[in-house]
Amino acid sequence: MEQSQATSATSAETAALLSRTPAVVEPGHTFSSVTDTISHLVLSKRTPIGWFLGFFVAFALLMVLNVTIGKLLLTGVGIWGNNVPVGWAFDIINFVWWIGIGHAGTLISAILLLFRQQWRTSINRFAEAMTLFAVACAAMYPVLHTGRPWLAVYWLFPYPNTMSLWPQFRSPLIWDVFAVSTYFTVSLLFWYTGLVPDMATLRDRAKSRFVQRIYGMMALGWRGSARHWQRYETAYLLLAGISTPLVLSVHSVVSFDFAVSVLPGWHATIFPPYFVAGAIYSGFAMVLTLAIPLRKFYHLEGFITMRHIHNMTKVMLVTGMIVAYGYVNEAFFAWYSGNPYEGYMMHNRMMGPYAVLYWSLIAINAGMIQLFWFRSVRDNIPLLFVLALLVNVGMWLERFTIIVTSLHRDFLPSSWDMYAPTRWDFGMFAGTIGLFLALFLLFIRFLPAIAIFEMRTIVPEAKLHPTAHNTRGGGPGLKAEHHG
Amino acid sequence: MAEFDTPTALVEAATKARLAGYRKMDAYSPIPIEELNEALDLRRTRLPLLVLLGGICGGLGGFGLEYWSSVFAYPMNVGDRPLNSWPQFIPVMFETTVLGAALAAFVGMWALNRLPQPYHPVFNVDAFGRASTDRFFLVIETVDPRFERHGTWKFLEGLHPVGVSEVAP
Repeated sequence: MEQSQATSATSAETAALLSRTPAVVEPGHTFSSVTDTISHLVLSKRTPIGWFLGFFVAFALLMVLNVTIGKLLLTGVGIWGNNVPVGWAFDIINFVWWIGIGHAGTLISAILLLFRQQWRTSINRFAEAMTLFAVACAAMYPVLHTGRPWLAVYWLFPYPNTMSLWPQFRSPLIWDVFAVSTYFTVSLLFWYTGLVPDMATLRDRAKSRFVQRIYGMMALGWRGSARHWQRYETAYLLLAGISTPLVLSVHSVVSFDFAVSVLPGWHATIFPPYFVAGAIYSGFAMVLTLAIPLRKFYHLEGFITMRHIHNMTKVMLVTGMIVAYGYVNEAFFAWYSGNPYEGYMMHNRMMGPYAVLYWSLIAINAGMIQLFWFRSVRDNIPLLFVLALLVNVGMWLERFTIIVTSLHRDFLPSSWDMYAPTRWDFGMFAGTIGLFLALFLLFIRFLPAIAIFEMRTIVPEAKLHPTAHNTRGGGPGLKAEHHG
Repeated sequence: MAEFDTPTALVEAATKARLAGYRKMDAYSPIPIEELNEALDLRRTRLPLLVLLGGICGGLGGFGLEYWSSVFAYPMNVGDRPLNSWPQFIPVMFETTVLGAALAAFVGMWALNRLPQPYHPVFNVDAFGRASTDRFFLVIETVDPRFERHGTWKFLEGLHPVGVSEVAP
């Protein structure tokens, strides 16, 4: 009796809660309205003035990247602030930062697909694009850090070269090469597979012959045949299943770059899960950073609804807390291990010359994110935009702290030194941000930023009418013949 | 070729066409419709098997590469540890497994679908331009043993479509 009352009370509460949960797509959308709205962004002849402004900034930063790389190749890595104890700094900090950002894209496109989370649908396409561009930015760092990238091919990839040299497969750095290149390739295949039916839509709707040809080529002759769809869906699901362990492996392998070494502050078993959670956390912050202006300027509030914003914030809250647990765990083991070097590392992080950075990252990644518990914060879009930017900063500071504080003071006080980045370090960082933004802006201008065909599957029209089931059930001959 | 305006109508029509004995037909839709697999009696695809094979080849290939280059091509003795230090080969092996499987899924899916295919007769029908937006099509091919120009046309019209048209080869 009591129990049933309790159940009814909860179901009433659930209903009340559900009515407060915004929909994944604004009511009233149909196949054609969804298709029109999204394809219009791409096929329209008019480019918004804001796009040009954004592209101007991105392009300027991209030129900074060109100048920095030019200088780097002419002079050498000496233009960076790297020194003897701190042998790698911005090049690995930014590598980890960019790779981490990419992870949210794969999480949204693959893991949420396997979990049948419908809300992924309108954000997966641009999140995947974000992954590709972020990984491209990340990959530049280790390659350029070799100083002579044209030689890096035989240092990094196994191929029969004239010197009969082969890479050292016991090194985490080579694992990284395989992890990152596989990650990029698989993300690209996944992204392109998702694009093909949309390319067909654009082909069929394009007005000019030239545009039609371009999209037509990319559509590979897609015609939406039921046989094709069947294999397509199978392939898509399989790619999602393959990407899921892949994305977890990538940041784990990145963390091995540190964890496999014996340096205090790096040699920790918590690293792989802690890095993966941090990656997803920072990636969702970047998705929010991109989604908020995108939905605002392109009036996509009907597709990227408050439901998406809320869910992304919640994912950030959860992964952020895992990261915060990682910080606590690091500090606890520094004390509990009784190892003087570990203890000093932690002391140096908290009280040393870089303490300000450490406490800033704690304030952001452990303190500030607690704001996400409040619905009023999750509803406040401008505030969320600022918080998401701060999370990006916080995660960058985390990587800086982990890398620099462990390196600059290790076992031997006689080899201690300080690290300070130079303007070329900052120039290259700003440059990769420019590259990322430029690629992203080109993407939203020329390709559908939201997966059109997947949006069509979630509008009410896509639901089969019950009579169809009845007819099907009513055909006994059909059932018997079916061998599926 | 018959044109419908809802997924439900297409699935119903495909089911009726099957019950009427038509076999060589295909349906075209702007969204994947799972129910069509049953309505058209599509066989399950062999793709998962290909992906499994791709993954196995990738994994074995990755390990083979590591084993061969670390044991034969470029043996490097580090602290007298075994040359075949397989636990340290696992990460790369894992990545090549994933790569092999993903490439098999991608290449296999397009190959089984016989795509890219720039030309197909269905594109000759003007109305088919909406097959990638909001219209659903059922095509009965002339090679179907029960195909008969007039009768099939009448049959398709009986399914209450938005329109029926003939596909030029």
